[in-house]
Amino acid sequence: MKPSFGRWLTKSATGLLLLTLLIAMGCANPRGTGDLGLVIERASGSLQVVENSNNVSLGGVTGLGDLSHAAAVFSRDGRYAFICGRDGGLSKVDLLTRQVVKRVMQSGNSIGGAISQDGRLLAVANYSPGGVRIFDSETLEMKWDIPAMGADGKLSKVVGLADVPGKSFIFSLFDAGEIWLLEVNEQKEPQIQKWRQVGAQPYDALITPDGRYYLAGLFGEDGIVLIDLWHPEQGPRRILQGYGRGNEKLPVYKMPHLRGWAMADQRIFLPSIGHHEVLVADVNSWKEVAHIPVHSQPVFAMVRPDKRQVWVNFAFPDNDTIQVIDVPTLKVVKQLRPGKGIMHMEFTPKGEEVWLSLRDENRIEVYRTDTFERVSTLPANAPSGIFFTSRAHKIGL
Amino acid sequence: MEERHQQELLHLLRQDCGSCHGLRLLGGLGPPLTATALQGKPKAYLESIIMHGMPEQAMPPWKGILSPEDVSWLVDRLLEGVAE
Repeated sequence: MKPSFGRWLTKSATGLLLLTLLIAMGCANPRGTGDLGLVIERASGSLQVVENSNNVSLGGVTGLGDLSHAAAVFSRDGRYAFICGRDGGLSKVDLLTRQVVKRVMQSGNSIGGAISQDGRLLAVANYSPGGVRIFDSETLEMKWDIPAMGADGKLSKVVGLADVPGKSFIFSLFDAGEIWLLEVNEQKEPQIQKWRQVGAQPYDALITPDGRYYLAGLFGEDGIVLIDLWHPEQGPRRILQGYGRGNEKLPVYKMPHLRGWAMADQRIFLPSIGHHEVLVADVNSWKEVAHIPVHSQPVFAMVRPDKRQVWVNFAFPDNDTIQVIDVPTLKVVKQLRPGKGIMHMEFTPKGEEVWLSLRDENRIEVYRTDTFERVSTLPANAPSGIFFTSRAHKIGL
Repeated sequence: MEERHQQELLHLLRQDCGSCHGLRLLGGLGPPLTATALQGKPKAYLESIIMHGMPEQAMPPWKGILSPEDVSWLVDRLLEGVAE
């Protein structure tokens, strides 16, 4: 009688203590993550957790390695960010506690990641060794290693990785000029559909917000490769062929990024490589609608969430300038010069404000997108990418 | 060369060359630029690549942005191992 009563007492006391602790922790700061995000501070291998309702930094997270060209994707509960660093490190960061909860060194050199439709698998694209590795998003345990061995028998750098509804992931092989569609699940070995010789040096790619089209930009020639994922049997086709129209291609000091969500009003907006233009194509015919002359070579062409504006930043040495394109008229309606080294732009979830990272000025600037007024400035150490959790529920981000 | 200009060049090397070669110059879309990786490559050859680029690769020419003195100084730093 006595021992079991003692046990009951101990158990319930522990239980009570735990319960009290949980309530105390929960009540201390219960909050959602829908207005959170992070800013990559690439020089110091750290990041800041930020909040876009009040435009504040909530605190820093350190120990993330080489974050040049680091990209983040989010768990579908919006709590965790997965950061792929250039040094091959893959880190899982809790935005609420601001802790690195897991970190693995997964390769020599990585470029970006994607998270599966169901949020369970994480894919990382690697330059070296060239390939894609798939991880369990809960544990960061590696599940599959997919070397990107092109038809030339060599490992290729992988770019333009994106999640695909109903399949798994799609990506491009820079050196080999191929596109691979990957299907992985617990039941069987990975299935890969490979399209060879799609074009010279695909350097980045995007999947449209509906998950239907995959577009890869080519560095080695003027053109874009398109795959309709509703009809993969039709294979890749070339669009915007020769968009440079015989103009001499300018030196490219920074590769454009295509993951800009720049689809608006039945049109897609793409940075032209080696030319001072934003290309516009009709998404039904895929015919060219316009070339919009812009300040310099575009890096990102990003559409505001309501699709009314496209914001463009530029490559070195013109990376102090932003231009805003009005979607209905296809005209540049605003030019801003926020400061040196604008690396990235990120819209708030519904787009009333946009955050800009000014790498060379060690700060973040927040602008209203209707009046173009600057509303906030946040200090940051050589900031590059800005990623908000609203990405968690979008295909291809 | 002035100390300030040297700092600007090192900043450009890490940040802008780093876009392709990695912030620590350990490689990315472009090859690594560590002293080991560059071992045995003549200085004049490296200077020429920086000035004129490699048309078929993604390497742009930096003439017009960097002076021959800038390039010479940067190549010296690379060969002695500026990468971390």
